[in-house]
Amino acid sequence: MEERKSAISVRNVCIDYKSLKAGSIKENFFKLKKVKQEVFRAVRNVSFEVPEGQILGITGKNGSGKSTMLRAIAGIFSADSGEIDLHGHSISLLSIGVGFNPELSGKENIMLSGMLLGFSEAEVLEKMEEIIDFAGIGKFIDMPVRTYSSGMYSKLAFSITAILETEIMLIDEVLSVGDEKFKKKSYEKMKQLISKRDRTVVIVSHSLSTLNDLCDKIIWMHDGEIFMYDDPEIVLPVYRDFMK
Amino acid sequence: MKRFWKDVTGHMSYALYAAKSGLKSEVANSYLNWIWWVLEPFCFMLIYSFVFGTLFNAKEEHFGLFIFIGLTAWDFFQRNLIQSVKMLKNNKSIVTKVYIPKFILLISRMLFNGYKMLISFGIVVIMMIYYRVAITPYILCIIPILIVLFTLCFAFMTHLMHYGVYVQDLTNVTTIGLRMIFYMTGIFYNIETKLPGKYVGILMKGNPMALILSSLRKSILYGQMPDFKWLFIWFAISIIIAILGVRKIYKNENSYVKVI
Repeated sequence: MEERKSAISVRNVCIDYKSLKAGSIKENFFKLKKVKQEVFRAVRNVSFEVPEGQILGITGKNGSGKSTMLRAIAGIFSADSGEIDLHGHSISLLSIGVGFNPELSGKENIMLSGMLLGFSEAEVLEKMEEIIDFAGIGKFIDMPVRTYSSGMYSKLAFSITAILETEIMLIDEVLSVGDEKFKKKSYEKMKQLISKRDRTVVIVSHSLSTLNDLCDKIIWMHDGEIFMYDDPEIVLPVYRDFMK
Repeated sequence: MKRFWKDVTGHMSYALYAAKSGLKSEVANSYLNWIWWVLEPFCFMLIYSFVFGTLFNAKEEHFGLFIFIGLTAWDFFQRNLIQSVKMLKNNKSIVTKVYIPKFILLISRMLFNGYKMLISFGIVVIMMIYYRVAITPYILCIIPILIVLFTLCFAFMTHLMHYGVYVQDLTNVTTIGLRMIFYMTGIFYNIETKLPGKYVGILMKGNPMALILSSLRKSILYGQMPDFKWLFIWFAISIIIAILGVRKIYKNENSYVKVI
């Protein structure tokens, strides 16, 4: 494989959850003595590099730290130690319905959500038609989101994140929303988005066929550590056996 | 500081849009919709005028206006502070999914409440015409006064938002604290004439809200120069508190997500 510039560098990252940090004033008052806090280490000493244009899959059983890792890359969490370097790329975590206000119409929510993802008003407006088109929910786009069925809701949400593109995309199990038809359409769109040459993608998924289909490399995380990190053909069969 | 500036300008359009849509969604569901923003302070004014003006026989020129100006500014202050305690919890769906400088939520909320305050001030103007209150050039002083009010709110809000994440019952404490300040601010009585002399100085200097309220009334109602020296001192204090608050938020903002 040719040498390419790094898009994401993750070096020795550890992420802890301290259990029950929020307390009442009374608790804080009576616990002046430092009570030993239970620390749960969700991600332990993980390092990897993602070159530009690569599609990386992360898999592992529930609670193995995949989503935590993803959120740390997106900048929502801070790593407790180690560092994550994005080399100045724009990044978005593909997630459903960020900042949706149920009282407002679909259009206004596209605006809100798009601006939250870091786009300017003009940029979102420019893509508005395309998003509405892709979501395909017809006249509901002018109705308050609270009147939507859950399928329509996720269709709209998916369309927003799929059409407003960033250089690095992080995807957390969103490939299956809506009915069969939309599922297929969104999967195709996803594939199309992902396969753009310069786009770097990190996908968290349990679906082995998705991972096999889309990814160049797979990380298998187990109890917060990287258990295997290699090509899909090597990792996936072992993983399949393991999960049996 | 540089980062703060960049974050504010970069996210201002979102803050504005979020405030706008917040207002819109609040209006969407009630029959009298935006009229409530006017009706609420107006009704409180009637209540206070009746209780203090008629029952307690308070003698104050243009008592209705006197109260209304006080209530308008106080509501803005109180709503901002109370709402900032649960700010991050209420916006959980946002803060757990995208990175956003957390104080942008505060600024958005201030714009939201600021708009309501603006409408209230519109009523003040109408009442002034009705009561035939002479408008003097001193009315321009409300601009710097409002700037002080905004800075002051923001300063307190940053800290409340931060501790609101870790302390669950901060709302209760804040409510009690605000109620105390409410009575010490002179919404429905004039601190300068109703209190014994030694307390006047303490309250007018030590309680920024009392200072702001009396300055607003001076410039709007009485055509006098507000006490700019103390306004400036409180402006400076607010800036310092705000800087500390923003620093604290920057330092901790990525761990908020883990707690809420």
